[in-house]
Amino acid sequence: MSRKTVVVFDYGTGNIHSAIKAVELAGATVELTRDKQKCAQADGLLVPGVGAFAAVMEALNAVDGGEIIDRRLAGSRPVLGICVGMQVMFENGVEGGVDTQGLGEWPGTVRKLNAPILPHMGWNNIDAPKDSVLFDGLHDERFYFVHSFAATDWTLDVMPPFPAPKVTWAEHGERFVAAVENGPLCATQFHPEKSGEAGIRFLKNWLATL
Amino acid sequence: MTLAVRVIPCLDVADGRVVKGVNFRDLRDAGDPVELARQYYLQGADELTFLDVKATVDNRSTMYDVVARTAENVFIPLTVGGGVRTVDDVGRLLASGADKVGVNSAAIARPELLSDISGRYGAQVLVLSLDITRSPSTRSGFVVTTHGGRQETTLDALEWAKRAIELGAGELLVNSIDADGTKDGFDLELVAAIRALSSVPVIASGGAGRVEDFAPAIAAGADAVLAASIFHSGEVLVSEVKTDLARHGYPVRTL
Repeated sequence: MSRKTVVVFDYGTGNIHSAIKAVELAGATVELTRDKQKCAQADGLLVPGVGAFAAVMEALNAVDGGEIIDRRLAGSRPVLGICVGMQVMFENGVEGGVDTQGLGEWPGTVRKLNAPILPHMGWNNIDAPKDSVLFDGLHDERFYFVHSFAATDWTLDVMPPFPAPKVTWAEHGERFVAAVENGPLCATQFHPEKSGEAGIRFLKNWLATL
Repeated sequence: MTLAVRVIPCLDVADGRVVKGVNFRDLRDAGDPVELARQYYLQGADELTFLDVKATVDNRSTMYDVVARTAENVFIPLTVGGGVRTVDDVGRLLASGADKVGVNSAAIARPELLSDISGRYGAQVLVLSLDITRSPSTRSGFVVTTHGGRQETTLDALEWAKRAIELGAGELLVNSIDADGTKDGFDLELVAAIRALSSVPVIASGGAGRVEDFAPAIAAGADAVLAASIFHSGEVLVSEVKTDLARHGYPVRTL
């Protein structure tokens, strides 16, 4: 089997070193680029994201990120969003009173978690569906989170023949969406590239679906 | 479901080398921060901190290289502190592969640095490092120091911590100058006092001498514990600290 190709979407968001190295270690050939054709053709597109929702959206919009992601999804080409790269898949994000439109792939709002200590920083366990493909063999592992905002509701209903989305939850003050497997679009609120060997195995599971 | 308490080894680095005795038996090069970081990663460290103890211009570029090489084979969060003076310093460290950046004296001189950094990169990258000693000169009895504890400021440590959070610090590294190096355990009163006012995670630092020293720091309210020499000397493994924390009923990440 030839190595899968993954493009890490280079739209100017923070630390992508570990994301590249982790996906390579998981078994893919990785390229960091924003080239539209390369983004479209890769077996998988990884959308990282750190910082404020509004800043990430602005950076994505500046390079037609929404269009690149939409086109891939329309052709059932896999996309994996990480951290704020997951948050922007929702309809909108509310941070510091500013309501920013997201990419709107999923209904729902990203807002500040109701918790005594924020950011939610560190290794937390997750509640993944038994039949989760991405968490196969990882249901008892902890993953590294660092965020203050999250989606706390999941309202997307999918009608047959499409399979129902698999939603993984975690808790910090309240329950929030930790990961989603929804056809070609998957995403994690935690950082698989910072989650040690469990994170590498998670990425391997994703590569196996490409 | 609960968040695990974090165990964080700290490496002092100068000119691309680890300073302070590191005494691991199996290391090919005990002075190489990249290899040592990898060892701690394999031991189950939850995060790593590099402290750039020299932080001159030349040393800075060496540090970027150390961070970049570490981030290539250590898949846990990496914090780098020491000599961070500007928003651009932060940008360069993040671009090199750091996940969080520790800021200390520069923020004392210019508190807006904190809001500048968090405004640009988010509070989650910003660790405020506090070197604190007990002193009758402040209302709380705790004062902020600089120059590794040798110089007292006029800042009440608790008031400064509170203000720093308002300005955008996403985490507090609370280092007790009094306890540091004593191996008598963490300054629990200090940890508790900071916890009482802090809405962001608190890392306890300074004084760890035995495996049993860590659980009381968590009981006092720390979200994470940081230590250097106890780990470097090889006396105590990260995994042994976690086993003891788990024995006290605290959630930890095990490999």
